[in-house]
Amino acid sequence: MSQTLRIPSGGRIDRAQTLAFSFDGKPMQGCVGDTLASALLANGVHLVGRSFKYHRPRGILSAGSEEPNALVTVDRGGGRVTPNLRATQVELYDGLRATSQNRWPSLGFDAGEVAGLASPLLSAGFYYKTFMSPPTYWKRFYEPLIRRAAGLGRAPRLPDPDRYQHRYAHCDVLVIGAGPAGLAAALSASVNGARVILCDEQAELGGSLLSEIDATIDGWPAQAWLAETLTMLAGRATLLPRTTAFGWYPDNMIGLCERVTDHTASPDSNMPRERLWHIRAAQVVIATGAIQRPMVFPGNDRPGIMLAEAARTYLNRYGVKVGSRVLIATVDDSAYRVALDLARAGVTIVGIADRRTSPTGEAVAAVAAAGIPIHTESEILGTRGRMRVRAAKLSGPPGTVRCDTILMSGGWTPSVHLFSQSRGKLRFDGTSGSFLPGQSAARERSIGACAGIFGLAAVLESGGGRTFSVTGEPAMNVVARPSAADAGSRTFVDFQNDVTTKDLLVATQEGFRAIEHVKRYTTSGMATDQGKTSNMNALATVAEMVDRSMPEVGLTTFRPPYTPVTFGTLAGSSRGILFDPVRTTPIHAWAAAKGAVFEDVGTWKRARYFPVGTENMDTAVARECRAVREDAGIFDASTLGKIEVVGPDATEFLNRLYTGDFSNLPVGRCRYAVLTGEDGFVRDDGVIARLAPDRYHVTTTTGGAAFVLNLMEDYLQTEFPELRVWLTSVTEQWAVIAIQGPRSAEIVAPLVAGIDLPALPHMGVAQCTVAGVAARLFRVSFTGELGFEINVPAGFGQWVWDTAMAASPTPYGTEAMHVLRAEKGYLIVGQETDGTVTPIDLGLGWTIGRKKRDFVGKRSLARPDMVPADRKQLVGLLTDDPSTVLEEGAQLVDPRHSLGPAIGHVTSSYRSEAVGRSIALALLEGGRSRWNEPLLIAMADRVIGVTVTDPVFHDKAGTRLMAPLPPGGGGEAVPPQSITNPLSALAAISPASALVRLTALAHTLRLSVRASNAAATTIGRALGVLLGTVPNRAVISRDRVALWLGPEEWLVLAPDSETTLAQRAGSAGGDHPVSIVDVSHRAVSIEIAGTHAALCLNAFCALDLHPSAFPIGMCTRTLLGKAEIVLWRLGMETFHIEVARSLASYAWHCLEDARREFLDPEGSC
Amino acid sequence: MLLIPCPWCGPRPENEFHHAGQAHIARPEDPAAVDDATWAEYLYLRTNPKGAHAERWRHSHGCGRFFNSVRDTVTDRIASTTRPNA
Repeated sequence: MSQTLRIPSGGRIDRAQTLAFSFDGKPMQGCVGDTLASALLANGVHLVGRSFKYHRPRGILSAGSEEPNALVTVDRGGGRVTPNLRATQVELYDGLRATSQNRWPSLGFDAGEVAGLASPLLSAGFYYKTFMSPPTYWKRFYEPLIRRAAGLGRAPRLPDPDRYQHRYAHCDVLVIGAGPAGLAAALSASVNGARVILCDEQAELGGSLLSEIDATIDGWPAQAWLAETLTMLAGRATLLPRTTAFGWYPDNMIGLCERVTDHTASPDSNMPRERLWHIRAAQVVIATGAIQRPMVFPGNDRPGIMLAEAARTYLNRYGVKVGSRVLIATVDDSAYRVALDLARAGVTIVGIADRRTSPTGEAVAAVAAAGIPIHTESEILGTRGRMRVRAAKLSGPPGTVRCDTILMSGGWTPSVHLFSQSRGKLRFDGTSGSFLPGQSAARERSIGACAGIFGLAAVLESGGGRTFSVTGEPAMNVVARPSAADAGSRTFVDFQNDVTTKDLLVATQEGFRAIEHVKRYTTSGMATDQGKTSNMNALATVAEMVDRSMPEVGLTTFRPPYTPVTFGTLAGSSRGILFDPVRTTPIHAWAAAKGAVFEDVGTWKRARYFPVGTENMDTAVARECRAVREDAGIFDASTLGKIEVVGPDATEFLNRLYTGDFSNLPVGRCRYAVLTGEDGFVRDDGVIARLAPDRYHVTTTTGGAAFVLNLMEDYLQTEFPELRVWLTSVTEQWAVIAIQGPRSAEIVAPLVAGIDLPALPHMGVAQCTVAGVAARLFRVSFTGELGFEINVPAGFGQWVWDTAMAASPTPYGTEAMHVLRAEKGYLIVGQETDGTVTPIDLGLGWTIGRKKRDFVGKRSLARPDMVPADRKQLVGLLTDDPSTVLEEGAQLVDPRHSLGPAIGHVTSSYRSEAVGRSIALALLEGGRSRWNEPLLIAMADRVIGVTVTDPVFHDKAGTRLMAPLPPGGGGEAVPPQSITNPLSALAAISPASALVRLTALAHTLRLSVRASNAAATTIGRALGVLLGTVPNRAVISRDRVALWLGPEEWLVLAPDSETTLAQRAGSAGGDHPVSIVDVSHRAVSIEIAGTHAALCLNAFCALDLHPSAFPIGMCTRTLLGKAEIVLWRLGMETFHIEVARSLASYAWHCLEDARREFLDPEGSC
Repeated sequence: MLLIPCPWCGPRPENEFHHAGQAHIARPEDPAAVDDATWAEYLYLRTNPKGAHAERWRHSHGCGRFFNSVRDTVTDRIASTTRPNA
């Protein structure tokens, strides 16, 4: 059997290029240009699947994306298995392997077909009724059975090996659908210079013109006009074939799925398999056409029964006869044109059963003239044929007719899906019995058949806005109401979900009136095709059954996606390393090389412990803790949030935000600080260091950094705008190296220069050099031991760490840090607090500045609920058995009422080396008055006795913190003179692309400049570059640039050698306050350049990068995937990116991912 | 994804912004002077209108500014955005 139904000439397929493929293992041949469906039909195959519920044999119904029956699984090898593909949309390629679904053991003999015999049990809502008892059988027996019997294809089991990408695009006009209306609209829009994107779900643009062989447009044969139009559009518009507009999202954002490689036999692995387009369109032109409806009659689902227009498409476009003896059932004229085309190709039309009384018109007359029998007021009462229809019984003469194909023409349903998704109001057109676009809600217009406009000339005019001269198309009356049909258990309304008119009757008899209810009860329209061919017939039938009008019964809601979209497409690049940014510290590579075990803290990776030899976590942590208590430990605290608060009102601002009073905090000293929300509950804590009268270095928790800065900005911008103070994130500017333990001073002192070290008190801060690097040296401790936190610019972090390591402190991780701080009763926000804990509950009442009139949260602390003595308070717990380590979160109960409610819970619990036993912290009702009280911990399997204690277990007097310091050493160490871009290693292995080049730029001076516009001029003069006030514009002056990032905020990039620039500019403001913060190490710079640079950026960046929207000189903060960047356009094809140091590799990998399809061919140089 | 007109930067995609709650909830001038009920109202009571809603956004991944907007909660259409204290 080889393409026996292929006609010798005609159509758009290439008969010279045959393609081998297989269906259910059977080898067949097709042609270039075929779909799987057209190739199967050319080989005489109609039977392609089994139905969802009854396992009835099913054939190909349509030629488009509305196909409900012909669902197949395509296996491309290597785990590339895609189920539920519509054979009508699968383009044929050499070697394609497709299999049918929902049948066992084979398509021809399906054991599940007995379900058809049991169909009385499987009617609407059967699972609510038939399989109800005994109740335990449902989960164990019925449900697994039904799930196995019903269903479509199987989900693939292996990970998806393909790549997927997203792309953001912007246009003036997006035309959806490249049929005659869409083409005319795109052409007329593009000649006016608009940015136009034209997409179509089919492999070829052209829509119905691809099957049009007789008509002419403006004197051109239709397909020549199509070719000419596409040539004209090619240079002016973005043409996207194989691209389905599947969803409408707010503000004219349209989701498109482009199938990039599935049609090729050997896909280029550098190309994404599919691409999700996020298109923001100023205007959307919807030209989605109309879908022909099936007729609803008994036995209307057998293989060989299909839509009439589909048969015309298979004939005219693919050169395939769908059968030899064709019966046509119709309610409108469109079937007559189909009959003429088929008859001309030599197909026997055994008759046309027309439901109408006296059809008239050009097409009807032509059919009559051709001698084809027309039976009026005739409909089909039943069909025969198991694997293929072979006869039909008509309601009138000639009674039963033999046929191998039945074509149905039940009128047309305009595809109003996208219009409806855009929240436009549909209106019911009584004449055609269809819903049409009514009042718009978005900037869109519907044209052509989706707007109820039929006839080629009218369709072209609705798109192009001018008159087209069309010949060769018969005048046809295609207005027909959907078919209501009598109830029957073989009369199918919804093919894909096996819903019959009897099911609809059952639903209405059981009281369902609204179509949404009927839909859910019967599952009509709920399959993967979402009822494209069935909904209107179901609606008409239900309306008749309940004797109401169709609009009264209602219309089901159109929701995205229009056709199924793969999860891969939705996920795009967000997999593996691009799933979420992984932020690493400047010391990360060292820790990784040392064998550290990392933990996730927010998006940071932090070293949890450093196992040596065969150590597990417990033994490693015990050793690390001992080292800190007895010797010295070194800890990477770089992830701590850091905010530089600068301005004459900095003190007042911090007084209003934090609980403490900083009015009397001397320069060079720090203070522990607690931040509450306006509700009085603890939100964050940290250390506030005063560097100058008007400059503070504020630390936050690692996870709270972004939250705290946002909260501060909120109050500053909206509640206290009168305060002259600016906030700058310096989290990533500074690497923080904590050196803690009795020997810490011995290690640190030799590295320190520029200060009188012995004069540095506990909770003191000094600006000095450490290992030759300008540093902020904090004498603070989160361990209870004498200790330092050395802040050095991130680019020198590893250098200072290495220098300190020469004295052999023990590296310790976050786990040891947790134990050490718990031994001292230091809390961790988020562990000891849960959003319902006040500073007083935690024993931190001492942090509250009593003299302050107000601060955020103060008023709430005076609310009656906040003061009772029985609130949960922080306490220590000691277990009766010193070896028992409690579970964090375990509940505390009073032994006197051990079945009573929990009176507290464990917040932290560890085995402590220093105390020599287990310790725990807990929040306990009235805890501070319960010291020494015995309580119980209720576990699932046992009860543990504990005693309440002081939460400080180690060095209660705090004397270890107060050890004297030796003098500084003078710091002979000479740090590296140049800073390497942390991306240089990635850049070295970056593949070449002439279209888009990626460069890791050299280190530069970066200043975050904040000043009122009034002071901008003088400060700009000192900086050597004008601080422009036009939003989002860069000003370049010789070797430096000032990027406007926000009101009164600039990022100044200048040569690395300008070491005193910050100082000079800072004093240039005169009476005007100014904040200049050196953030050179906070970010790294990437340049992306080339003709495809903007396109690559748009794989991850949602901005419109067209030169008209993002001209040369524009700069802004924005997002690249999940990383914030500063994007600055230096040239038409050159962009400069500033990205936070910890996010740089994520951003680089994003851009590499986007570049992959534009790489130079391998072997080229 | 909404297109939100930032009063400084112009229309920008929604992912650059963070919603910041109902607008025009003024912090009492002297919190100590208000009674518990008034304070609780300031802390917790917010409207949830169907239709025009005055709310705040922050152009977090842009100019960093907080601003006010009036958005229709039914259609998601933003009628206007304004700089605070303007």
